[in-house]
Amino acid sequence: MSAPAPARPAPPPSSRRPDAVPSRGRGGPSPWSRTPTYVLTGGLVIIFLFPLIWAGVASVSPQAGTAQSEGWGLGNYETLVGYQAGVGRYLLNSTVVSGLVVVLTLGVSLLGGYAFARFSFPGKDLLFLLVLAILMVPYATLLIPLYVLLAQLGLQNSLVGLALVLTMFQLPFATFMMRISFEAIPAELEESALVDGCSTFGALRRVLVPAVKPGLVTVGLFAFLAAWNDFITPLVLITDSNLMPLPLAVANMRQQVMGIVDYGATQAGVTVLALPCVLLFLALQRHYVRGFMSGALKG
Amino acid sequence: MTPPSTPLPPGATTAAPAGAGDDPVTASLARRSPLAPRAGRRGGPVRPGRGRGSSSSRRRQGWLYAAPTALFVLVLFLVPLGLVLRMSVSDWSLFAGSRGINVPDNFTAAVGDRLFGPAVQFTVTYTVVTTVILIALALGLALLVQEATRWNSVVRTAVLVPSALGLASASLLFYALYSPQSGPLGPLLQRVGLADGPVSFLGTPTAALWSTVALVVWRFAGFYMLLLLVGLQGISGDVYEAASIDGAGRFRSFWHITLPLLTPSLALCTILCVTGSLLAFDQFYILTKGGPDNTTVTVVQLVYSTAFAGANDLGRAAALSILVLGALVVVNALQFKALRRKDV
Repeated sequence: MSAPAPARPAPPPSSRRPDAVPSRGRGGPSPWSRTPTYVLTGGLVIIFLFPLIWAGVASVSPQAGTAQSEGWGLGNYETLVGYQAGVGRYLLNSTVVSGLVVVLTLGVSLLGGYAFARFSFPGKDLLFLLVLAILMVPYATLLIPLYVLLAQLGLQNSLVGLALVLTMFQLPFATFMMRISFEAIPAELEESALVDGCSTFGALRRVLVPAVKPGLVTVGLFAFLAAWNDFITPLVLITDSNLMPLPLAVANMRQQVMGIVDYGATQAGVTVLALPCVLLFLALQRHYVRGFMSGALKG
Repeated sequence: MTPPSTPLPPGATTAAPAGAGDDPVTASLARRSPLAPRAGRRGGPVRPGRGRGSSSSRRRQGWLYAAPTALFVLVLFLVPLGLVLRMSVSDWSLFAGSRGINVPDNFTAAVGDRLFGPAVQFTVTYTVVTTVILIALALGLALLVQEATRWNSVVRTAVLVPSALGLASASLLFYALYSPQSGPLGPLLQRVGLADGPVSFLGTPTAALWSTVALVVWRFAGFYMLLLLVGLQGISGDVYEAASIDGAGRFRSFWHITLPLLTPSLALCTILCVTGSLLAFDQFYILTKGGPDNTTVTVVQLVYSTAFAGANDLGRAAALSILVLGALVVVNALQFKALRRKDV
C-alpha cells in the first residue's frame, strides 16, 4: 500500500478555460524573475503533501513498538485487520453508510431541486429557507435530541438511522446545488418534452437528469466525502462497536492498550481512511471545483 | 408525477389519490406506474397546455417532488429542534429519560459548570487565531497561484488534496505525526536547531493550541483558497488594466481593487471559518482529548461530555447547546451586518 501520490498533474481545473483567470503579469517576465515563486510554491507543495505521503510510507516501514518492528511490510495492516471486529467490518459499515447517504441525498435533492427550480407551490420559500436553516444549527445541538428520537423510531444504533441523519445534514448543500443546476437549464428544453406528451416525471427522467448530471456528480461526491469522514454523528448515535464506521474505529484503536499507542496501526488506519477520498478527489477534481464555483458565485 | 391525462374538474386535483401508504415517495411511484404507459407520446390525450391552465395540478406536483425534502426537514430537523428545546427545560438523564420540568436549572447548571468559562474562552481564542491565520494564508495562496499556468494547477491540487480528508482522519494523521515515538517533526526541528530536546507538540496548553491550529490550517487552506480564487476570477481584468494605465503599482491595485472587490468572498470565508471554529470538536477530541489539564476543552466538547461521556445529563447538555446555537445566531447576524455594510 503506497502513499497517494497526488503530485501527478491532474487535469487542471482552469487550464481548460485559459480566459477564466485574468493574468496579472505585465508582459512576459523572464524565467529568472520567476525562480523565487517556483521555490516558494514548490515548498508549499512539499508541505501540503508531506503528511499524506509520510502516513502511507510510515504505515509500511519498520518502527519500534508497532507490529512492523523490523523490515518493511504490512504488519500494521494485519493489526488493523485483527482489531476487534476487524477492519473489514468497519470498512463495510462505512461503505454501507456512505452508499446509503449518496443514494438518499441524490434522490431527495434531485426531486427537491426540480421542485424548487421549476414549480411554484405554497410553502415553497419557507421550505427552502428551512433546508438552509439546517446549516445554522450546530451538529451537537441536533444530535442530542436525535439520539432520543431515533431510539423512539427504533433506529438508534443502526446504520440506516445514521445514514438518514447524515443525509439530512447534506440537504442544504445538495438542494441548493440541484436547484442551481435545474435553473441553469433553459425552460424550453423541458417544455418541448411536455408538449410532446411527456409527464413532468418523464421529462425529468429523460431530459433533465442527463442535463443536470454534473450537479449530481458534485452532490454525490460531497455526500460521499461527508458521510465517509463524519466523526461526531456516529460517535453519538452508534454505541455498538460492531456498527462503528471506520474513523470511529481507528480513533478508538488508540486506546486499545493502556497508555501505549500503536502508532503504526494508526498510520495504517489513516491510510485506509484517506486513500479512497484522495483517489476520488483526484478523479473528480473538476466537479469538486465546479461545485465551489456555482456555490460561491451565486451564494 | 404524471398529471391526470384527462383534465380534472377544479378542486378534484388537490385530493391526492388514496393508497400506497403515507410515504410520499412510494405513494407517488405507485400512482405513476399505472398512468405512465397511458400518457402516450405524440397524439396522446390532449393535455391542458403546460402550466397556466393546470396551475393547481402543477402546484400539487411541485409539492410531491418537494415531499421527500419536507419529510427529512420535518422529522430529522424540526422535530429534533423542538425536542431539544423541551429537553433543555427538563430534568432529562441519558438512561432514565425525562423526569419532569426543571426550568431554569439546566441553564444555570450549564453556565455554572467549572469548565464553562474556560471552554468559552478557549473556543473564542482558538476561533480568532484560526480565522486570522487561515484567511490570510488562503488569500496569499490564492494570489500566488491565480494565474492559470500548468505548474500553478499542480500547486492548487496539492494544497486542495487535504480537503478531501475528514477532519477526524486528518487529526489522527497529525496525532501520529506529532507523536514523540514515531513523529518525524521533533527530530527535524532538533536537527535544524529550532529545538534543543524532544519536542512536546501536545504537552503544554500553548503547544497544543498551535499544533491544532497547524493541523486545521493544513486541512482547510485549500478549501478557502478555492473560494477566494473563485472570487478573484469574478474581478474583471479591465479594472486592473485601467489602474495600471493610471499608474497604479501592484501594491496599490491590490489594496484599492483586489481587496475591496474580493470582500464578498472574504466575508463568506470568514463566516464559514468563524462558524466552523466555534463548533470545533473532532480535532480536539482526537488530538488533545481536551488536555493538557482541560485547557483545550471546546464548547461543543463540553456539550458532548455533559451528555454522553461524563455527567450523562441530556437536559443540561441540551441547555448548553441551546446557548451555543443562540451565540452562533448572534455572531452570524453581527458578521452579516458588519460585512454587508462594507460590501455596499
